[in-house]
Order: sequence, then C-alpha cells, then structure tokens
Amino acid sequence: MTFQHSQASHCESGVMSAMLRHQGLPMSEAMAFGLSSALSFAYLPFVKINGLPLVAYRMPPKFIIKGLQKPLGLKMRFETFRTPQAGARRLDELLDDGQLVGMQTSVFWLPYMPEDLRFHFNAHNVLAFGRDAASGDYLLSDPVVETTVTCPADALQRARFAKGVLAPKGLIYYPVGKPVEPDWHKVLPAAIKKTTRIMLDTPLPIIGVRGIHRLANAIERLEKNTDPAASKMFIGQVVRMQEEIGTGGGGFRFIYASFLQESADLLGRPQLDELSEQLIDIGDEWREFALSTARMIRDREPLVPAALADKLRRIAGREQAFFRDLRRAA
Amino acid sequence: MLDNEVPQEGNVTLGGHRKALYARGADGKLHIVQSAGWEVEEIVTLQAVADLNRLAEEARQRVAAGLTSPLEYHMHKVRMDVPLLSQVSGIWQWRIRRHFRPAVFAGLSDRLLGRYGEAMGLSLEQLKKID
Repeated sequence: MTFQHSQASHCESGVMSAMLRHQGLPMSEAMAFGLSSALSFAYLPFVKINGLPLVAYRMPPKFIIKGLQKPLGLKMRFETFRTPQAGARRLDELLDDGQLVGMQTSVFWLPYMPEDLRFHFNAHNVLAFGRDAASGDYLLSDPVVETTVTCPADALQRARFAKGVLAPKGLIYYPVGKPVEPDWHKVLPAAIKKTTRIMLDTPLPIIGVRGIHRLANAIERLEKNTDPAASKMFIGQVVRMQEEIGTGGGGFRFIYASFLQESADLLGRPQLDELSEQLIDIGDEWREFALSTARMIRDREPLVPAALADKLRRIAGREQAFFRDLRRAA
Repeated sequence: MLDNEVPQEGNVTLGGHRKALYARGADGKLHIVQSAGWEVEEIVTLQAVADLNRLAEEARQRVAAGLTSPLEYHMHKVRMDVPLLSQVSGIWQWRIRRHFRPAVFAGLSDRLLGRYGEAMGLSLEQLKKID
C-alpha cells in the first residue's frame, strides 16, 4: 500500500495518526492526541533552554506513542542504538521490508526545515516511508510540513543521533500487529478523565492549572526586573512554546477541542460539543495572551508583566472550571 | 477561531512553508486550515533568532579583538550554549570556557578540535577561523 502523507499540526500525534491510518484504522490527529490524554500544562523553571524555563502545553515526548497502545490494543516496538551505523542499518532493513518507521530526531540537523526554526530540539518526530534508489536520500513524512520531503542520509544520521537533553539515540518505533477499533464508550471517557486528573489533581504545583498560576507568579515577579530585554525573552519564550510549529495554536487547546467534538459524535453526547465550544474560547484567550505579549515585545504597548500575569490567572480560572465540568461530563 | 480568522499574515520564519492550524468551519466543526503565518509568531521567533545572532556577532567582534577564540563564535553560530556544547562534545564546561582563551585555543590538538568539529558539524579549517 502506498503511503498517504497528510499535514498535521503536532509531530507526535501526526506521526501516530498517519501510522494508524496506514494500518487501516481511520484516526484523525486530534483523536490520537486526545485518546492518549496528551493535553497538559507544565511550568518547569529548573529545566533551562538557553537559560529560559521550559513551559509545555502537553505531556512529555513519547507520551502519545505509548498512550495509544492500551486503548487500541496496539503493540509499539521501540529500538535505540549504540552506534549510528547500527541505527542506519536497522532503519534500512525495516524500510526494505515495507515498514513505516517513526523516528525521533533533532530539528536543528534536518536540512528541509526553515532556517529560523532550526533550534536544538531533540524530540521531533518524523516518519520514514522509503528510500530514493538513485540518491540514497530518505523519503520522509514530517507531519508539520505540507508535503513529503527528502533528507540526505548523513543529515538524517546527525538528526537521529544528536546529543544533549532528550537525545534520541537513534530511536525508531513501529507497530507490531494490527490496531483494532476500540470500544469508544470505554476508552474515550477513560482518556478524558485522565486529562482532567492531570490538569486538576497532580500534586506537583507546577503541573496543570496550578502550574499556570505558578507561571503567572513568575511573570508578575518580572515587574521588579530592571532589564526589559531579559523580561521580554522570558515572556517571548512562553508564547513560542504555545504558538510555534506543532501546537495547532492556542497551546494545543484547539486540537483537544476538536477531539471533544469527535468524541461527542462517537458517544452521542452533545454535552461534549458544548464543552468543546468552551475550550475553543479558552484557546482564543491563550491567543489574546500571545498577541498582547508580542505587542509588549515590540513596544507597541507598554511592558506590564502584571497585566500578562492577570490574563494568565483568568485563563487558569477558566481552565479549572472547564476541566471540572469535563470530568462530570465524562 | 473561525476559518476566516486563521492568520494569513505571512511569517518569514516559516521560510515559505504553511503550517496546520485548527479552526472552526461553517458547520461549527474544527478542522485543519493551512496558515501562512501569524505576525505574533514571527515576532517571538525572530526575537529568539535575533538573540542567538547577537551572541554570535558579539563573539565575532571579540575574536577580532583577540579577546576570545573562534570556538565561542562557532558555538553561538550553531545555536549552542556552553552546557549544550558540553553535552554534545563530552568536554567539561570549565574546559570549554578555558578553550575560549585565544592562547589556549591556539595550542589545542587536532584531535580535540576534531571533537568540537564533530559536535558542531564543522571541519578543522572552519573551526579555526571566523567567517
């Protein structure tokens, strides 16, 4: 069967939904994202990227790949390698067998990526579906790119064996056996409840709704910062993680809203449709926050971190109410 | 966000690519719409890129003034910082900082330079000079 590329907004949910569709199980990106309970929020001040804290709007890498196994009765095989040579050999072997192979890569070393987006981020997922016989270039389906792309073998090696935080170690993954259509009435409520637990009940104060409050406090503290450039880098970072390639906008809230709409249909529960509307509103608020932040960075409006902190607290309040309602609805 | 509200303002950092965003169609259902980019994203991405470029440029000037070695310039140029270069090359951070001293850098063996070159994807010749 020839492989069908389709663009997605997030790499991991995009790779998994493409892989499952290839296996004959219709699966949207949003469903892959929601079914694995990937929506989240985390403010990790101790994980620094170029000196700035990590802010995440979803669960950590590999969460989606692993999280789809149980509901779909799917077994994923993961392989990492000690040497790039062994990794390349195994990839070629699988491709020769006609297998679609998911890979973890570093964005920085992928030549087809736009220059300005090539940061040292090691957990980007792409699919390999073949190799060009003449050039030896790999045929890749990068979910965030519009069309399929090709990548020279040496560049792919570098990207797969990049070192540092979240080093992929050549990670490849592929399904063994076929996924089965699940009992939606069982798996969807469970997946939704899991997300509400993550957002509302995680004991760590930096995860979920409490994490949003924590971030608001950190932004409020910037009021005392005398270096406006540093403050702007901090708030810029928050927006980059929320809006940049791979989020679908609004810090993944829109993808999840799409998942809720699909769930409403599958379960015949219009209440989830209404909740989806609420989440779209919340996503729009995240976008307003981003807009305001960008204006402050460009000095189109005065730099007032406290105003951004207030906006975040408002969002946190709305998300708290939303996830409580969602829990009841599930 | 409705279909017709999906930003199509263009974003130079996308390099001509379009990205997938979720928006609401006429039927109220969310679906993927391709976006040429949002100015907000362009602003925050350029902010990050400009900061990296500033670090590289400042290092370049310090190399020219004999205050630091080309190693520091290349590190910033490939968008790394000392902790990351240390992780990638396996060389301790304090040693890397020491190699920023031009006199120390001049005496480095080709083998050690090779480790830096391997980490940053540069040849020895490229590593020894600034461009």
